[in-house]
Amino acid sequence: MKVLVAVKRVIDYNVKVRVKSDNTDVDLANVKMALNPFCEIAVEEAVRLKEAGTASEVVVVSIGPKACQEQIRTALALGADRGIQIETDEMPESLTVAKLLAKVVEEEKPELVVLGKQSIDSDNNQTGQMLGALLDMPQGTFASEVKVEAGKVNVTREVDGGLQTLTLNLPAVVTTDLRLNEPRYASLPNIMKAKKKPLDVKTPTDLGVELKAHTRLLKVTPPAERQAGIRVSSVDELVDKLKNEAKVV
Amino acid sequence: MAILVIAEHDNSTLKGATLNAVTAASQVGGELHLLVAGEGCGAVAEAAAQVAGVNKVLVADNAAYAHQLAENLSKLISELGRDYSHVIAPATTSGKNVMPRVAALLDVAQLSDITAVESANTFQRPIYAGNAIATVESLDPIKVITVRGTAFDAAAETGGSASVEAVAAVHDAGTSAFVGEEVARSDRPELTAAKVVVSGGRGMGNGENFAILEKLADKLGAAVGASRAAVDAGFVPNDMQVGQTGKIVAPELYIAVGISGAIQHLAGMKESKVIVAINKDEEAPIFQVADYSLVADLFEAVPELESRL
Repeated sequence: MKVLVAVKRVIDYNVKVRVKSDNTDVDLANVKMALNPFCEIAVEEAVRLKEAGTASEVVVVSIGPKACQEQIRTALALGADRGIQIETDEMPESLTVAKLLAKVVEEEKPELVVLGKQSIDSDNNQTGQMLGALLDMPQGTFASEVKVEAGKVNVTREVDGGLQTLTLNLPAVVTTDLRLNEPRYASLPNIMKAKKKPLDVKTPTDLGVELKAHTRLLKVTPPAERQAGIRVSSVDELVDKLKNEAKVV
Repeated sequence: MAILVIAEHDNSTLKGATLNAVTAASQVGGELHLLVAGEGCGAVAEAAAQVAGVNKVLVADNAAYAHQLAENLSKLISELGRDYSHVIAPATTSGKNVMPRVAALLDVAQLSDITAVESANTFQRPIYAGNAIATVESLDPIKVITVRGTAFDAAAETGGSASVEAVAAVHDAGTSAFVGEEVARSDRPELTAAKVVVSGGRGMGNGENFAILEKLADKLGAAVGASRAAVDAGFVPNDMQVGQTGKIVAPELYIAVGISGAIQHLAGMKESKVIVAINKDEEAPIFQVADYSLVADLFEAVPELESRL
């Protein structure tokens, strides 16, 4: 079984985000970038399927400028077999990303596509579901457990009330939640090996997808800042403040 | 053109998140229709018809929609959605699951998790875990939107008298099936709707220690939440997680106990009206957003607080 994993290059999750002074966007100049944490979990899950003998090949795809090859190499160092970069300097919207990925799926014919449930920059949580719809494939989103057996995949999902388990026909799309697995660290020998693994570069034109804008970003502003309040010295003082000042108890 | 709002429900009751989505829809303006898709969901449809501001309730009652499977529901919603200017759902896990499929089938973008309506085509939404607010204009003929519940007041549950109309269309993709669920049952209020929330973090040490928070919560009529660290450590189940990727809450009073205050957690609770933080580490970042900070051992402070209320 072939597994395709889509990954995204995003701002490192430890970096404090700042809005540009002209309010056009956030400032990403000279900021540390990394593999989106949910995508890392997706790569790890695919590699584990390969180690368990369920998957035969793990292909990683990323869409972005040449720099995103770094994140593809990271995924290859974690154990993926080969990479595909779809090169564009634009930041395509989720629907366009899903259309590009749908073309890759048509070419590669994986039985399972694994993606992170959301990227920590745009926080959209859309691409996997859109890909499922475009390909008419079933989906298991926000997965905390994935089991492949007898031509099906059982996915346990983190939902508002607790956990829900679905069974999906293959091919299917799975999006990962935080507790699906704990990604490994790439070892130095594997980082070296990853440099020699194949990485194809394609363009949106090669795939016949037009980068259409469905939205326009008008401005980006910092959120309302919350001011730190006061220190109370005892539980008694806290209770007094809650009763008489804040009046919430 | 009218607006279609997707009702959140469990086939027996209409969930509160629907009411916040109705308010967001009414700010857009226009005739408002509410879709109740499920199985044996007649009681939900009756409740939906009472909601203030709703003009019509559409009911798709079929086994194919019983478990809100995204494959089936997205086909139904996208088919109905062609006749609307906006298709709006609460940004719950079911809304997040279904709506992007609806958008893709309609060949339009989705605006996720909106927090403000500026006009019929311009909305605000948080990005980068709420560290920036984007104002986004939709260029599509149909706007597919999910709504962050805490950013909009709930519409009144009564006062409306909408007509109820059955939808005959049945879409069963046949590619997915429901196997089972583990749903937490609790007498406490729902996390996203509670007026008071008491949350515990890694400082709680283990799951058993959450009992002291539960006692405090019961005294306050509060819901109990947790930080990602506490959930990852296995202290409590995932549905209690408050944060960027968990639940977004904005109660009147939020009490953070043994929570350091990672950005991802703050993203889920910093809109709370009053924030209390109890932590023994006086450098904990949670104190930077708290109205009342108490540097103390939580195992002494929490029982004491409970006894004084």
